[in-house]
Amino acid sequence: MVPLMWYLVVAAILFSIGVFGVLARRNAVAILMGVELMLNAVNINLVAFWRYLQPDKMVGQAFAAFVFVVAAAETAVGLALIISVYRNRSTVDVENVDLLKW
Amino acid sequence: MDLKLITWLIPVPPLLSFGLIVLFFNKWKRLSSGIAIFSMVLAFLMAQVVFWQSALVHGPKLAEEPIHSVIPWLATGPNPEEWLKMGVMVDPLTAIMLFFVSITCLCIFVYSTGYHNVGMPEGKHNKKGELPEVGTIEVMYSRFFAYISLFAGAMLTLVVADNLLLLFVGWEVMGLCSYLLIGFWFARTYPDPKRITPFQAAIKAFMTTRVGDVLMLLGIAYVYSQTGTLSFREIFEPAALAKLAETPSYIVGLSVAGLAGLLLFAGTVGKSAQFPLHVWLPDAMEGPTPVSAMIHAATMVSAGVYAVVRMFPLLHAGLGHGEFTAPMLAMGLIGAFTALFASIIAVAQNDIKRVLAYSTIAQLGYMIAALGVGAWVAAAFHLMTHAFFKALLFLGSGSVIHGVEHGHHHATAHSHAAHEGHGQGEAFDANDMMNMGGLRNKMPVTFWTFLLGGLALSGFPLVTAGFWSKDAILGGAFEKMSEGNWLGTVVFVMLAISALLTAFYTARQISLTFLGKPRTEAAEHASENVWTMTAPLVVLAIFAVGAGWAGIEHTFPVLGEMVPNWFHSFVGATVENTVELQVPTEFTPVPLITSLVVALGGLALGFWLYAWRKPLEAGERDPLAGGVVYKWMQDRFYFDELYNLVLIRPTLWLAQWTYTFIDKTVIDGFLHGVARSAVRIGEAFRVFDRVVINGGADAFANSIKELGLGFREVQTGKVQNYMLLALLMTIIIFILFEIPLPALR
Repeated sequence: MVPLMWYLVVAAILFSIGVFGVLARRNAVAILMGVELMLNAVNINLVAFWRYLQPDKMVGQAFAAFVFVVAAAETAVGLALIISVYRNRSTVDVENVDLLKW
Repeated sequence: MDLKLITWLIPVPPLLSFGLIVLFFNKWKRLSSGIAIFSMVLAFLMAQVVFWQSALVHGPKLAEEPIHSVIPWLATGPNPEEWLKMGVMVDPLTAIMLFFVSITCLCIFVYSTGYHNVGMPEGKHNKKGELPEVGTIEVMYSRFFAYISLFAGAMLTLVVADNLLLLFVGWEVMGLCSYLLIGFWFARTYPDPKRITPFQAAIKAFMTTRVGDVLMLLGIAYVYSQTGTLSFREIFEPAALAKLAETPSYIVGLSVAGLAGLLLFAGTVGKSAQFPLHVWLPDAMEGPTPVSAMIHAATMVSAGVYAVVRMFPLLHAGLGHGEFTAPMLAMGLIGAFTALFASIIAVAQNDIKRVLAYSTIAQLGYMIAALGVGAWVAAAFHLMTHAFFKALLFLGSGSVIHGVEHGHHHATAHSHAAHEGHGQGEAFDANDMMNMGGLRNKMPVTFWTFLLGGLALSGFPLVTAGFWSKDAILGGAFEKMSEGNWLGTVVFVMLAISALLTAFYTARQISLTFLGKPRTEAAEHASENVWTMTAPLVVLAIFAVGAGWAGIEHTFPVLGEMVPNWFHSFVGATVENTVELQVPTEFTPVPLITSLVVALGGLALGFWLYAWRKPLEAGERDPLAGGVVYKWMQDRFYFDELYNLVLIRPTLWLAQWTYTFIDKTVIDGFLHGVARSAVRIGEAFRVFDRVVINGGADAFANSIKELGLGFREVQTGKVQNYMLLALLMTIIIFILFEIPLPALR
């Protein structure tokens, strides 16, 4: 059987790709996609830990299902924000969206 | 009414009148003088009641049982019996004082209304403190009456006082009145800058008498510290006097009585203008003439003599140990010297009032010298007769001056244009006898009364009061002399010469003023004054002649047997327990002959030189003038200059030095130094504040700001930067806390 570590490594890689996407991409939609990657990396972890450490309980799956739901909601809110930003500033480039600045 | 109550009330009406005039009635001139005279009449009536009651009902036994009433006054201890008591006392001496003080004061009050032209119109150009135009009412008429009321009240207080302190209170109030009244025409100035102005004379009088007053206050304090009482009756207990005479004082060779007596006598030297404090009295003549008469002849200067007459038992205490006591020695020498010295000066004076001023000094010297040789009754007698005839002479001289001023006004109004008017009046000296002459027919009442006063002053035999009192003094001195007492000899000789000079200058004065022909237009046009001025002259003239009959020595040939020596038996009783009075047992011709010779000789010489030989013509010099000695006499032996050089200049110099050095340099310098160093310290603090505190605070604030500016750069506003940071932080925290993951291995 594939050891737990492999899943974790895959999840870590996936998470890192997500982090990279969030930090490095200019496009707000791409950042949102990075966030999705990170969430999914977490889901892999949750499911993997459930399967290997406590398969008799449904906790991991339930958490993963919650994360899907929350991710969907978050994406919806995020896209709405991006559309709103685009409407106001005609761009989705986060370099140009710096209203939090001093 | 009870005599004690009346005695208490005697000084009250004049004092009340002073208050009323000053506070309420000063706008109404006639009302003010009316109040003043009415109050003086009240005081006069009460004083006369007390006197006649004393003289007729009580008689000499009044000395043993005086009218005496005291109240506790100053709380000087827990026990009311020990308090300082204030009270009034009438013994024979007080009674006689009340008699002549009230008469002279009343006469002078009435005279003042005429002198200040009551009923005349207000002058258009009159100003306060300046001599009013001739024939116009005095501007400060009400004020004048307020002052003389206060004066009369104070004098009566002094007379009825039963203790030294109350006496001193009256004494000082009179000093104040004297100052106020000498300087009454305070704005008056003279063309001659050397001539003293009333303002300066007032200050001079006040300062000079102050010297004596301070010493007298010391004497009073000394008596109080030694006896614990100031009441005359208690001090004069024979036992108390003996104790004072035996206790030695601070000064070797002087008993307590001697030292206290000398100090009290110093007060008299100031008040009665004795040498060396005589300089103020002649200059006090700058005041209005009624003032000169009242304060500087009849009453206030007499108060000085009264004080030593009153305190004589103390001054005399301890006589048993020697020929005379220290105070008596001082009195004898100073009195005799003053009498001679002032008489010499009076011979060369041309101001009618100054002659009288010097004669006043001389006559007061007479009384003092009489006390020095123990002739107590004679001194008291001369005190009374002198008050009458000197008040008469002063009022007479005032009448003359008033008449001559009118004459001058009359003359200038005719011969010059009217617009020259007032300024002319100041250049003409109405007091100068050289401007008079021939007033005999112009002013008959003044002439005859002045003549009587002058004869009384010179001691014209038998008919005048001055003769009897002077004769008594010379007799007293001669008796001492015949006992082999050198002081008696000195006093007798000096007083005899002084009497000769007195008669001489009196004759000179009368001749220059009234006899001969008028020497100026002013004298030509002079006229007799209103009745308010002449009536007091007549009243005083009666006393100047008649008062002598009360004190004729019982040893005097013929008259002595006919007329009892009432004065001696009545007034002399005052001190008979404490002083050995001289009672001459047989007639001694020497003093009588001396007094006849000097009086008649002096008068004859004076009248011969100035009237019979050839009356002085206008512009002619005094026949004595020309010599150096005469110049010295005219310039009063340069005592004013000497005092100016020795006392006043150094005082002014000291004051200037104190001002410039002590005050300006030392004290001000110290204060300025303190102020300057405070400013310096303040400036240093300011630097510290600016550099350290402000700078520190600013630097701190700036550095915070710089820090903020630096950190501001972190806030890029870019989401990704923040997230990167968050990631880095997370990684760092993980590394720092070395999260162990044992399960993963």
